[in-house]
Amino acid sequence: MQSELYTIPSIDWSLVMPFIVVVITGVIGLLIEMFRPKQNNNAIVLVSLAGLAGAFALLIPQLGVTTTTTFAGMVLRDQFGVLLQLIIVAGAFLSLIFSEPYMKQRRIAHGEFYPMALWATSGAMLMVSSDNLLMIFVGLEVLSIALYCLAGLARDEQRSEEAALKYFLLGAFASAFLLYGIAFVYGITGSTSLAVFMETLARAPGINDLTVLFAITLLLVGFGFKTALVPFHQWTPDVYQGAPTNVTAFMSAVSKVAAFGAFARVLEASLPVQEFWMPALIVITILTMTVGNLAALVQKDVKRALGYSSIAHAGYVMVALLAYLQDPAKGSLGTVITYLAIYTFMTIGSFAVLSLTAVNKSEGTRYQDLYGLWNRAPLAAGCLVLFMVSLVGVPPTAGFLGKFQIFQDAMGAGLPLLAIALAINSFVSAYYYLQIVRAVFVDEEGALRVQSAPMNAGLRFALVICAVGVMPILFAPILSQGKQTVTLSKMIESGAFLQRPVASVPLNPEPGEKVEQITPSAPLSTVTGN
Amino acid sequence: MNANQLAFIALGGLAFLGALGVVLIPNPVRAALALVVNFFVLGLLYFVLGSQMMGISQIMVYAGAIMVLFLFVIMMLKLDKKAEEVAPGDAWRKRFTWLIGAVIGGAIFGGVMLPLASITTRVNPPQNFGTPQAVGWSLFTTYVWPFEVISVLLLVGIVGSIMLAKRRF
Repeated sequence: MQSELYTIPSIDWSLVMPFIVVVITGVIGLLIEMFRPKQNNNAIVLVSLAGLAGAFALLIPQLGVTTTTTFAGMVLRDQFGVLLQLIIVAGAFLSLIFSEPYMKQRRIAHGEFYPMALWATSGAMLMVSSDNLLMIFVGLEVLSIALYCLAGLARDEQRSEEAALKYFLLGAFASAFLLYGIAFVYGITGSTSLAVFMETLARAPGINDLTVLFAITLLLVGFGFKTALVPFHQWTPDVYQGAPTNVTAFMSAVSKVAAFGAFARVLEASLPVQEFWMPALIVITILTMTVGNLAALVQKDVKRALGYSSIAHAGYVMVALLAYLQDPAKGSLGTVITYLAIYTFMTIGSFAVLSLTAVNKSEGTRYQDLYGLWNRAPLAAGCLVLFMVSLVGVPPTAGFLGKFQIFQDAMGAGLPLLAIALAINSFVSAYYYLQIVRAVFVDEEGALRVQSAPMNAGLRFALVICAVGVMPILFAPILSQGKQTVTLSKMIESGAFLQRPVASVPLNPEPGEKVEQITPSAPLSTVTGN
Repeated sequence: MNANQLAFIALGGLAFLGALGVVLIPNPVRAALALVVNFFVLGLLYFVLGSQMMGISQIMVYAGAIMVLFLFVIMMLKLDKKAEEVAPGDAWRKRFTWLIGAVIGGAIFGGVMLPLASITTRVNPPQNFGTPQAVGWSLFTTYVWPFEVISVLLLVGIVGSIMLAKRRF
């Protein structure tokens, strides 16, 4: 009857195959959980890791290909999305691999953890591989709802319960803001596609339009919550501290990468009204870096300090993103992606070391609980020192390269204020990172009473990968050769992030076409309102 | 004034009365019943807009399922006493409450009305917009991917709630 109006979309399964593999692996994990011998999650762990490795292998060949869409424009494959998906899958792999021994120590080795983590990963993958706000929202909800449950994994503990509830309430609140913003975007353009939104904005009168203002403000608040930018960051330290350490590691890397991926696309689509949100975001970014670092200085708990540190790092990523948006010729999305990758290794590595403090159901993550770690577990302690040095941004590490590139981008793009704030903040942050380093080497009487879990193969593996990840060798060739030969940035540019094909929206034609559909009984085709 | 506008005014007024009832009736069960009226009339308003699918969902989901949950919770909590009243001597606090209410109400009102005021073009929806057929067609063509992916969300919800609620092993 209406088949002319609604065309069956053509489907290219290769675009969504990594996502499907991750989801199906989760289902298989759940089935194993049903039939497993009691208290043994080894099979689930193996299957989950194999599934993630499979998704990673499926993503690699997609790195060089051109930008395409499928499922009626709902799925978008570009270099930006593929690279972020690679980071997400790698981050999930690294946080799962050290989980089992840790959860056994804390007596929370529920087999459902793995399927839930895999589905959260799949949600994150959806978020970065679409430029349709509807898909971004669905992905965000899959990711967030799984994370609310995972934060409360240690359900006998008040702290974990508190983390889950706080995360849920504030996250739901943020989702509502985001959804309201999406509704406004739909109201303006008749479509949830960001490409259509951008096109409409380019034609529209601009920021004088109150609807546009509301749409962008609400989207900004929603993503501000999810990426933990400063006025919206209150949940982060509590949730990071209360959630089990492996979940915190997962959350700090995977959900941050996904949220930044989606945020970057939304901001890029809003470029035509840049003059409205750019000043606001510059202030927010400076606040994010400063408040994150200053609050971290006074913390007594390492997990909490790292929570504030993740807020500060969100600020650093925002500097790179704003530099790109301000001047795409000087800044680069490559910097954003590189920094997110480096950050993933640094943060997951740090939390992996912290997971050693869980012994016999109890877990202490104060500075005192790290005392003497150097004597008990030299490999873990050495890696922690390396990650801290990289988080500060001391020259030989990848953390320095990433930050230096962000600094250069910001200077080049004409945002010296952000660059200077970044530099000052790096110095301030050194204080609390080095306090963590100091705690590792404290060798006094108190250190003898501190216990930590024995090393295990999974943790060793995760630490070695993360340690290699913060070596500058991996990123040096990408960053050191200047803008012209930057391989990563080139790949992204060749993916033509900005010139994506406009999705066809059969249900909601372009505003110009709508005039034809107006019925004769409605003579006022255009009502010029007040 | 045509029939459409008359129907809108009648239904809108009824919905407004229902909403007022929710706020003003002190008995929680009666307030909840007033909410049913509001939800139901809102569903009829969707029909007036020609959006049949939305109207059916509104009546089924809100006036049906969600209201049952509301009443269930109210009965479980035994909220049959009168709502807590402000102490008589505390007029200042009462005034302050009114002020906060007015500010929040104004903000919501502004948030809804201001964007509407800036809309200048009138756009008519395509033919069949909002009918069950049209919704079905778009669900299985344009929006087939999000429609399928939502199932992962449901799965996460089911597994997550059991994970958090099941007894210790």
